[in-house]
Amino acid sequence: MSDLRPINDHPDAAKLEGLDHTRQYDFQLAENYSYKSERGLNKRVIEKLSYMKNEPEWMLKFRLRAFEIAEKKGRPKWGPDLSHLNFDEIFFYIRPQDRKGTNSWDDVPEEVRETYKRLGIPEAEQKMLAGVGAQYESEMVYHSLKEEWEKQGVIFLDTETGLQEHPEIFKEHFATVVPPEDNYFAAVNSAVWSGGSFVYVPAGVEISVPLQAYFLINAQSMGQFERTLIIGEPGSKFHYIEGCTAPTYNSDSFHSGVIEIIVKDRANVRYSTIQNWSHNVYNLVTQRAIVGERASMGWLDGNLGSKVTMKYPSTYLLGEGAHGEVLSIAFATDGQHQDAGAKVIHAAPNTTSSVVSKSISKGTGRSSYRGLVQIHEGATNARSNVECDALLLDEHAMTDTYPYIEINEKTAHVGHEATVSKLNDEQIFYLMSRGLPEDAAMALIVRGFLDPVAKELPLEYAVELNRLIELEMEGSVG
Amino acid sequence: MSDNRLEIRNLHARIAGGETILKGVDLIVPSGEVHALMGPNGSGKSTLAKLMAGDPSYEVLDGDILIDGESVLELEPDERARAGLYLAFQYPVEVPGVSIANFLRLALNARREEGDEVGVMEFYAKLQRAVKALDWDESIIERNLHEGFSGGEKKRSEVLQLLVLEPRYAILDESDSGLDVDALKVVANGVNAARGPNFGALVITHYQRLLNYIVPDMVHVMSSGRVIESGPKELAMDLDAKGYDWIREKHGITASGDAVAHA
Repeated sequence: MSDLRPINDHPDAAKLEGLDHTRQYDFQLAENYSYKSERGLNKRVIEKLSYMKNEPEWMLKFRLRAFEIAEKKGRPKWGPDLSHLNFDEIFFYIRPQDRKGTNSWDDVPEEVRETYKRLGIPEAEQKMLAGVGAQYESEMVYHSLKEEWEKQGVIFLDTETGLQEHPEIFKEHFATVVPPEDNYFAAVNSAVWSGGSFVYVPAGVEISVPLQAYFLINAQSMGQFERTLIIGEPGSKFHYIEGCTAPTYNSDSFHSGVIEIIVKDRANVRYSTIQNWSHNVYNLVTQRAIVGERASMGWLDGNLGSKVTMKYPSTYLLGEGAHGEVLSIAFATDGQHQDAGAKVIHAAPNTTSSVVSKSISKGTGRSSYRGLVQIHEGATNARSNVECDALLLDEHAMTDTYPYIEINEKTAHVGHEATVSKLNDEQIFYLMSRGLPEDAAMALIVRGFLDPVAKELPLEYAVELNRLIELEMEGSVG
Repeated sequence: MSDNRLEIRNLHARIAGGETILKGVDLIVPSGEVHALMGPNGSGKSTLAKLMAGDPSYEVLDGDILIDGESVLELEPDERARAGLYLAFQYPVEVPGVSIANFLRLALNARREEGDEVGVMEFYAKLQRAVKALDWDESIIERNLHEGFSGGEKKRSEVLQLLVLEPRYAILDESDSGLDVDALKVVANGVNAARGPNFGALVITHYQRLLNYIVPDMVHVMSSGRVIESGPKELAMDLDAKGYDWIREKHGITASGDAVAHA
């Protein structure tokens, strides 16, 4: 809004030349990696990767089995166009110390720092995003939190360290929610996973401060194929937040994470993520939670950036009285396809769920809602409500909805509502007549549209999200 | 004569690509004065209001609109607003998810330099004063812009915004329509609260009733896309008693002239 100057007015405008407004995150570093695996995916790459991570035998076997499954399965035949995604061109493993690409904040390209600054991101977080976050871990805030958590028996580590330091808990839960057989991209991830978070909260422990992934800023915590495992023991309660609204500084073109969450009886877990990949990335993620008796799982899933995103957080309500909730935001701009949604499986009596999806399409962007609500036989009195709202900002923008509903239980109550609206000229004129420039007026309408979801975010994330939307909307006026 | 005035000079305009509605409007509202603009349906009053605010669905064919001697014709709606113009809409739109407080803070800051944003305390004090002047409950500022507002609440919101944004000149487009007497008084009190030497207003209305509460310095009558008569506030009384025909006859305009313009 008013605190963001148009990019052309900026004193550093010359340096930003050629940086298209809508594509300003497409930066990349010169490649100066000291080590890289070979391109493409094969057994040798997986063996080398596992060796370099010093993994137990069972993990290597798991990886190789997953690779075979991936080979057999082949890519999905539905959903967005993935024909340009060529595995032979991709490095499936880059050592973390090499991934960083830079060790000094001063080496980060000026325009990248500029973008972070314009987003108003705190410097510590900026550095983490740029892969030079060494200082942040030592910050007082995190240290005192960490001590507090450790006293309560909470484990919050990157996934590799989790495997090394807590092998029993790890092995007991790993790949139980998303087995490699689940889908092609889950199989690929299982074969080459690297990085991610490992969270374990013991029974009855409640954590009031969100566990934020960017606390774990050693370089392993971010990766192309991150694998996150979150375990909430009975009666625990916590909120895990990942990502941020800033563009993820990454020259990789393929991101395929797997997030597994186990919400045991009466536990209450929230998982929030806002991702903003640079526009060359295929973002194909499997996120799933299983939810026990009277337990509750909430997803907040924000998808901005990327070239193609396929992401459908799923919630398996397995225990009686379990509750699942999904709030989803998708923002597709020129050349992007956000194929996002939610799956909720009601497999026990008296389970309840709600899905709210808000999508925005701009320029030639396309947002799809793909959702499944399944009520199993015997899941008596299950209730589910789905609401998807799409906002089109331009004449060429597209939106589509694929809501699948399968009900095998007579007592189920399932509601589905979908709306599509266009950016309204009268609203824009009205807001402009109060002094707001056109792009600010449009950004405000978009913010208002997203408000029901954004207000569920912690304040600093909501603020970042708003700034990001403003930035996306700048330059949308001819 | 001082330059401090809102001036419309020989304005001709049409619906973009369509029918001509304004056919040479001349009107001056000096700063510090409140003028009423009356006229039958289809005479072009609302078109004039929206056009002054810069509504892109109309096209200016000839003439000019000036604020304090400066033409605003080439300015975008937001630039006109920042130049000091305000339109209280006849039918303000809903903007879901945007609270009145948030919106007004952004609108105020849009008028200020970067780094000189309005302070939180200052802003809320201002907002509270305006809410009070309109005899409204404070909780209104957290409600989303016109979402679920009654007709009366929308009109009140338009005046609330006027009081917070403090424009140099305001155009009120039928801010009285659909209001009962109590609501009418509240809206009128709000407008009167804005009156002062640095504020000019053009109050568009069908009914003399509003002018009992917002007493105008002058009354103008519009018909067939032109201002055909101007006079003191008593003119409004005459119109109320006798209708518009006598003025139209005086200027040789048939009632059907308006009907054609309206079609």
